[in-house]
Amino acid sequence: MRPLDEAETTAVFEKLYKFTGNNLKNIVENPSHEGPDPNPGRYCFRLHKNKVYYVSESLVKRATNIARANLVSLGVCIGKFTHSSKFHLTIQALSLVSANARHKVWLKPTSEMSFLYGNHVLKGGLGRITDTIAPGDGVVVFSMSDVPLGFGVAAKSTQDCRKLDPNGIVVLHQADIGEYLRMEDEL
Amino acid sequence: MAPTGLSKKKGAKPQKPPLKKKQPLNKKQKKNVPIATKRPKEDVFSDDSGSDISNENVKAPKEFEEEEAESGSDAGSDLFSDGDDDPLADDFLRGSDDEDKASESGSESGSDSDSDSDESDIEKKSRAIDKERAREEEEANEEMQLNIKEESDEFLLPTEEELEAEKQQPPDLSNLQRRIKEIIRVLSNFKDLCQKGATRKEYIKQLKLDLGSYYGYNEFLIGVLVEMFPPVELMELIEAFEMPRPICLRTNTLKTRRRDLADVLINRGVNLDPLSKWSKVGLVVYDSQVPIGATPEYMAGYYMLQSASSFLPVMALAPQEKERIIDMAAAPGGKTTYIAALMKNTGLIYANEMKEPRLKSLTANLHRMGVTNTVVCNYDGKELPKVLGLNTVDRVLLDAPCSGTGVISKDESVKTSKNLDDIQKISHLQKQLILAAVDMVDANSNSGGYIVYSTCSIMVPENEAIIDYALKKRDVKLVPCGLDFGTPGFVNFREHRFHPSLEKTRRFYPHVHNMDGFFVAKLKKMSNSKATPTGAEPVETVEQAPELDDSEKKTEEKSQEPSVQNGTAEAKDSKKRKKSNLIEKPKDKKKGKTENGDIKPPLTVRERKKRKFPPREEISKAREEKRNALRQEKKGNGRKKSESRK
Repeated sequence: MRPLDEAETTAVFEKLYKFTGNNLKNIVENPSHEGPDPNPGRYCFRLHKNKVYYVSESLVKRATNIARANLVSLGVCIGKFTHSSKFHLTIQALSLVSANARHKVWLKPTSEMSFLYGNHVLKGGLGRITDTIAPGDGVVVFSMSDVPLGFGVAAKSTQDCRKLDPNGIVVLHQADIGEYLRMEDEL
Repeated sequence: MAPTGLSKKKGAKPQKPPLKKKQPLNKKQKKNVPIATKRPKEDVFSDDSGSDISNENVKAPKEFEEEEAESGSDAGSDLFSDGDDDPLADDFLRGSDDEDKASESGSESGSDSDSDSDESDIEKKSRAIDKERAREEEEANEEMQLNIKEESDEFLLPTEEELEAEKQQPPDLSNLQRRIKEIIRVLSNFKDLCQKGATRKEYIKQLKLDLGSYYGYNEFLIGVLVEMFPPVELMELIEAFEMPRPICLRTNTLKTRRRDLADVLINRGVNLDPLSKWSKVGLVVYDSQVPIGATPEYMAGYYMLQSASSFLPVMALAPQEKERIIDMAAAPGGKTTYIAALMKNTGLIYANEMKEPRLKSLTANLHRMGVTNTVVCNYDGKELPKVLGLNTVDRVLLDAPCSGTGVISKDESVKTSKNLDDIQKISHLQKQLILAAVDMVDANSNSGGYIVYSTCSIMVPENEAIIDYALKKRDVKLVPCGLDFGTPGFVNFREHRFHPSLEKTRRFYPHVHNMDGFFVAKLKKMSNSKATPTGAEPVETVEQAPELDDSEKKTEEKSQEPSVQNGTAEAKDSKKRKKSNLIEKPKDKKKGKTENGDIKPPLTVRERKKRKFPPREEISKAREEKRNALRQEKKGNGRKKSESRK
């Protein structure tokens, strides 16, 4: 376990910025109530076996005496680095991202299950959509009852979505909560 | 006439015994016979010889009826021939109303036919009839009992030959089941219903064999169950193991409330109810139109599928916010996530799991349920104290690996795969794990100092024996679990005698509580020393000279104890020393953390001792000397006085 170096930190923050925009500072400066210390500490990022963890500092301190081979997970895992050092966000980051998301999309009940199987969001399944979405922005997908279902990348801007035919792709799928059941081993 | 009649009677005599036996069968028909044949009999009176023959002929076809009848047509026929011979009449008379009438009529007719000497005969006959009636009733009762006994004897009768024959044929399930039920009936009322000459042991042995073959248990396991439960409860338990327990789920209070979750799931078509009074987060699912483990709510982490018995150890643990908790065998994470929910994501949880393949499900569940205060590690539980340190955490949950005899309804292979070796190995491992758990807890923590030990097994060597071992080896004591609705654990079981506080542990059974078999115990760590609790150690520290051990354990002056130094040779003192030693240690500890519980008190402690008293032996010697001196003085004075008087 080690802190992120420069390149890695920029990669992670870039990805997060796509979803949260200026709310990024909320993520970084969140007071954390975890850990047995009475004072809330802060969160930090740590790298362990190519996975990036978002942990409270008090946890990090106390996890240092666990050997590298035996440590499995800390706090929340938000993503991992591939062999070519690219960073991908995984579904476990959903709670963190959805709390600070700027662009949101709500799905109709009929198309929830389709998204949870890993398909992209089509125009016909769209219930609501926030304005000011530009193509390439990170979008968090919710159900009509405000349950976060996953996230993806916007394919079109909000204006263009209105002109689309019902089978056009609005959000490209990146991660969804169905992966907990489908791909438990790969998480 | 008479000779022929006699000869016929003689002929009739040897017939008596066989006919007597058939009489119970034939009695009813013989009832009818005399009624029906009254008229013909009257006709027959004229011909004695003819009467015998005709009546016997009438008898013969009707002998096939089986009935408990009261009298025999033999009597009827003999009655009529009794006009000739009285003693024979007495033998053959069997009482029934009809027969009485017949006999009376017969006797009357007999008396009519033989006029003179019959009045006394009638009285004799009537007395004889009464006797016979009484005898018949007795025999009837005996027969009834005979019939019952024959029924109850049947199932023990599997002699060895029968058993061998059974082995060769495919098992006859209905026969087995009948036998099992009958044996249990006998065992529950052994005095009255047992077969003569059969011991209780034989019944139980047969029961074990039958249960094993009917339900599929191996010999070891069924033997254990038979030893633990009385026969009727044993049947209930085994039947309960055949049925699955209802599916339960636990609301994730980090994300939602039980009421809201129940509403959403009911909308999806799930039929559910709150679990019980003792749980505020549990729901039990009766049936569901959608797969309950794949709803969007499940994937969003709103609930966890978990058996009801798994709620119990966490409820007993009662973790508080901002505490440090270790879960020593955490996968797949149901209990760990419950602990995190109770702590509201504050504090710190170490979730340890030894088996790598199970780690993935553990981490996945933790992330799915939104738990952020957990560190997951992959160690053998016995090594954890070295890694995480001794006396460092507030509470430990040890859901120990066990034989799984409580969850047979989920996993039927347990019925046949467990042997004595397995149990011994597992209990050895459990003992090591519980000591490691106790060592990691800090006895002086502000809010904690508790260890919860739980297994999903109902066997005594894995449950009570382990707790008893921990009580002997470490300074811990049992406290109430907070679960009122369980069965208290065993204090005495067969040849074992456990510590009396073991009645504070709780056992749960499928047939009583409708959840998987489970055992929960809550221990409180009294101090961080690894020494055995006071009173357990023999009088070792009796030496005169202070040894190293003594110096470590010596407490200072206790205002309680005047004589401290130089080993007063009394066990009480050494015990008191240790007790006060243990109380002293926490005070010493505040100076700094130490690795072990053994702390050498600084020299200042010894200096603080009050004035040293001489040892008691010296004191008593001194007193003796004084007394002697006084006596001598008195003697001397007395002599002087006497001398002076003189």
